Amino acid sequence: MRQVALTVNGTRHELELEPRELLVYVLRDRLRLTGTNVGCDTSSCGACTVLVDGESVKSCTMLGVQADGAEIKTIEGLATNGTMHPVQQAFHDHHALQCGYCTPGMVMAAVSLIEHGEATSEAAIREGLEGNLCRCTGYHNIVLAVQEAANTMGRTS
Amino acid sequence: MIPARFDYDVAESVDEAIELLAAGGGDAKLLAGGHSLIPAMKLRIARPEKLVDIGRLSDLAYVKDGGTHIAIGALTRHAAVAADALLAEHCPIVSHTAGQIGDPPVRHRGTLGGTLSHGDPASDMPAVVLALGADLVARGKGGERVVPAAEFFTGVFETALAPDEVLVEVRVPKLGASTGWAYLKANRRAQDWATVGVAALVHRDNGSVAGASIGLVNMGATPLRAKAAEDALAGGSTAADAAAHVTEGTEPPSDQAGSSEYRAHLAQVLTRRALEQALGA
Amino acid sequence: MSATAEKTGYVGSPVKRREDASLLAGRGTYVDNMAPAGTVCMVVVRSPYAHARVKSVDLDAARKADGVVAAFSAGDLQDDWKAAMPCAWPVTEDMKNPPHYPLTDTARYQGDGVAVVIAETRAQAKDAAELVEVDYEPLDAIVDVGKALAEGAPLAHPDLGTNECYVWALDTDATGQKLEDADVVVTRTYYQPRLIPNAIEPRVVLAVPGPHDDLTLFAATQVPHILRLLAAATLGLNETKVRVVAPDVGGGFGSKLDVYAEDLLALALARRLNRPVKWTEERSENYVATIHGRDFVTEYTLAATKDGTITHCRGRVTAAMGAYLQLVTPGIPLLGAWIYAGPYSIPNYSVEFKGVFTNTTPTDAYRGAGRPEATYVIERTMDALADELGMDKLELRRKNFIAEFPHTLASGLTVDSGDHGASLDKLLELLELDALRAEQAKRRENKSTKQLGVGFSTYHEMCGLAPSRILGAIRYAAGGWEQATIRYLPTGSVQVITGTSPHGQGHETSWAQIVADQLGCDIDAVEVLHGDTSVSHAGLDTYGSRSLPVGGVALTYAADKVIDKARQIVAHQLEVAAEDLEYDAGTFSVKGSPDKEMTVAAAAWAAFAAHDLPEGMEPGLEATATYDPPNFSWPGGAHASVVEVDTETGDARLVRYVAVDDVGKVVNPLIVDGQVHGGITQGISTALYEEGVYDEEGNLQTANLVTYLVPSAAELPSFELGRTESPSPTNPLGVKGVGETGTIAAAPAVINAVVDALSHLGVKDIQMPATPERVWRAIQEAKA
Repeated sequence: MRQVALTVNGTRHELELEPRELLVYVLRDRLRLTGTNVGCDTSSCGACTVLVDGESVKSCTMLGVQADGAEIKTIEGLATNGTMHPVQQAFHDHHALQCGYCTPGMVMAAVSLIEHGEATSEAAIREGLEGNLCRCTGYHNIVLAVQEAANTMGRTS
Repeated sequence: MIPARFDYDVAESVDEAIELLAAGGGDAKLLAGGHSLIPAMKLRIARPEKLVDIGRLSDLAYVKDGGTHIAIGALTRHAAVAADALLAEHCPIVSHTAGQIGDPPVRHRGTLGGTLSHGDPASDMPAVVLALGADLVARGKGGERVVPAAEFFTGVFETALAPDEVLVEVRVPKLGASTGWAYLKANRRAQDWATVGVAALVHRDNGSVAGASIGLVNMGATPLRAKAAEDALAGGSTAADAAAHVTEGTEPPSDQAGSSEYRAHLAQVLTRRALEQALGA
Repeated sequence: MSATAEKTGYVGSPVKRREDASLLAGRGTYVDNMAPAGTVCMVVVRSPYAHARVKSVDLDAARKADGVVAAFSAGDLQDDWKAAMPCAWPVTEDMKNPPHYPLTDTARYQGDGVAVVIAETRAQAKDAAELVEVDYEPLDAIVDVGKALAEGAPLAHPDLGTNECYVWALDTDATGQKLEDADVVVTRTYYQPRLIPNAIEPRVVLAVPGPHDDLTLFAATQVPHILRLLAAATLGLNETKVRVVAPDVGGGFGSKLDVYAEDLLALALARRLNRPVKWTEERSENYVATIHGRDFVTEYTLAATKDGTITHCRGRVTAAMGAYLQLVTPGIPLLGAWIYAGPYSIPNYSVEFKGVFTNTTPTDAYRGAGRPEATYVIERTMDALADELGMDKLELRRKNFIAEFPHTLASGLTVDSGDHGASLDKLLELLELDALRAEQAKRRENKSTKQLGVGFSTYHEMCGLAPSRILGAIRYAAGGWEQATIRYLPTGSVQVITGTSPHGQGHETSWAQIVADQLGCDIDAVEVLHGDTSVSHAGLDTYGSRSLPVGGVALTYAADKVIDKARQIVAHQLEVAAEDLEYDAGTFSVKGSPDKEMTVAAAAWAAFAAHDLPEGMEPGLEATATYDPPNFSWPGGAHASVVEVDTETGDARLVRYVAVDDVGKVVNPLIVDGQVHGGITQGISTALYEEGVYDEEGNLQTANLVTYLVPSAAELPSFELGRTESPSPTNPLGVKGVGETGTIAAAPAVINAVVDALSHLGVKDIQMPATPERVWRAIQEAKA
């Protein structure tokens, strides 16, 4: 077991972890932050995407112990004072989710893409979301939503 | 989706990592970004007894001007390599290719040293450093040694690194204005490994072709140089004629992405296109 | 008055989904998020062999491992099962249905469960599962559907003496004219690869024992009601002792329309251990343990006169059942059996289906189920027939379209409504075909390495499962009705209980739209409850594009009953005759005295207070309606795809997709478009990316998301949608199903486009999915 400290959505947690515990299970099972979902076991689907120190990361492909000292943001930490983040709002407005299971990861990947200034065109958004799989929407409305959120956030270039 | 049990140590320095690896007696593996190792561990295909985490050695994450070469720290993440201005100026094939690896979340965690040390012939970057004739700097108990890329990749998931050696730096040559380049890969989905990839560099001297180097992805047990094609181009062949030689000495695998025969064909098409692009045609 | 305007007209409006807020906040209630105190975790030990006798299972080491609560092999649990695993669709009287149980002592597909380990944590259960020692005796396996009936083929069930499960046929002979005598006869054989559904949420179940010998099963399922009934029957439990809850469910596409071994194991073990038992499927496990779709070999023939009038269609299908019959495995081919003439009027009709066992994961319903398989062979062969006739592909289609509705098909069913010509006209408006053809000609002339192709698919399908009497006639075990309850609470809010079980379709929003319009209340006053058999007592769940045309329609009848009762109350209170009341948007007014009025909400209070109700009337304002549809619903439409094919690498990329669908009246265009987007994506993906491949020994070669290619946004374009609207005359909403239309239509449109791109090189066919290698080889073969 190893002592680690991580800050998740602004709250610091000191945990004793088995090294093999994946970050996604630390979030889900230890911290009961179940918004981050597990969709595959090959780091392909991106359902578990969170922000680690501001960058999108597949939390199934990182050990909890690797996150020692990191600042993590999950879907639960995205809204502020009950107001949806522009990406969440745009997903709602454009019907960019159906079953909702890929959604937390898709939203976090989109937030990272926009904040890095990479959501500059439809093509760039499609390429930028290549690591996040959705089986319901065909991505059409997801792309529209990310375009609109990038506009709202003033990060289209 | 849950790795088998293992012991875990954090190395505070490269020297400590070397000591921990040595103490592990061959059963210890280095953990950098973890994007090659952890997926295999989740499926329990890889079951290391011990991981030595070097992910916190921030002094190994850098891109520096080394005079005739650019020195890249082994722990530089793909996203940082892709965005680096120095590389974009002096060795753009490296930054361009880094942006083609995996997907954005993978590039945020995966490292240059990790992808090279993993020795996967289907990965993009090994063929690029091979084509560049890069130098890989390994540090072990006896100090540092420089391994030319041509000697680094020894088999499927095998490299010239000793079990207690750490890849610390990659030195890629500065490419002058007279060198054209291209990295082309064919894959089904953007996030997939290359079915085949081709890294091509064409050096000109006073406008005529003075030499070429070509690195191939997923055409054998290691990344491969396509010497016959390189020689043909240097000897005055057209891109198409040179590309016809590209499969000499290759043993392309057959799998769901394509048969050996198809890969051989694809390598020729991509090589011709890469050479044409590098020639500025 | 604006308030009134806001209160009505929800149906037809793009109302944003009420489901979204919790899902976007990460507050979804997926089963894996639940962890009641004392929960133990289950891991299934699976056969690595496609066919093997289990000689012994040694559980000793596993039982001694850290945290292990129990471990069992097949024999240990045999007494827990009062019946074999259920198949609800014995399609013929003599269909072979070899019994199978949640654990087996003869593995018949890779992934068949042979033992189970339960431990305090999932990690401990996984570690211990590795310690289970199973001694297998491998047996010969039959894998290829096309070879299953060959002489000397290995047998999936040697005791049966054959791999044949059933033969089912439907023939009509309207004209007495033989197919072989027609002017033009085109026969093609197609293989439609095995598909793996890949809902992004894998399957998860959590069985919780209750204090009264009862069990609650929280399940990622599309079918809580069916699961309750069949789980109770299989376990020998009183149905009242089993409650099934489907909370938020992360997609299904048919793969969660089943009764699985793990559902039954979790219940049986929760009962044995008296602790909550949870099983969470891993993705790679999902590839072998959850049903697959398709895997059909079809020989299809069209016959026509010289002028292009199609006279005959004939389909000969061999369909893989996999190793066992799951819930509706044998019925899947039949779901397409009536539409093998497509949207065309073809008088002579003949189809025959042979179901065959193979040593592969069982097949069952995957989006479209039987209808994509039919549409694919029809639309591919329509193009081939047009070529044979030297006729324009669209002209051939138009000439043979069903023109008048309702239309009784040669296969015997009646199409409710449609206008295929209008759909095709609208498609062509959006497509700008002339410009595409000009660009195509230019690229051909330039010998470009990027050739352009345009492909079409005009289709109709039957969905909205289903009229119970028809289901009975084709030997399905249950009915196809749906139930709805509407309860007008005294405070003015409305509780709606539906038997449908959404898993992404947005029923909470759409159902509220329907009810709010009819009851004339604010949409926010309507709450829709579903997915819990203790709340929704009766229902037949969500699949086969049935929820709106059956479950949604049931709502309208329940609302009618509520309004009728309210009318009696209002008439009584206003002291007028019920016939003298006019109803409009939630308010009754007295004819001729418009100032005398009373709302349904006020009637709800009166019904609750019960101070002054008509003589003999029961208090309370609620009603239940159970609706059995008189017909299937018949959506249709016209789709086109534009592909670019790299003639050197064989890489085919979709550049445009245009779809015009006629799904009757639309309740929520936002949701309907979303269903179409998702549906066509799965059809496109069938054509270009997805393929479940086994090697000859029955090892699944595409056993995870790395090798089985579910496409991302980067592989797809945005879609261009249009709509035509032929209301269904069979229900008061005029609605039809929409969930599967895209998947049914899209695959042939894409493959037809790939073939079109290469037709000048002599390419006539491409096996799905059109991988770069297959395309490249097709070009090489055409050259040779």
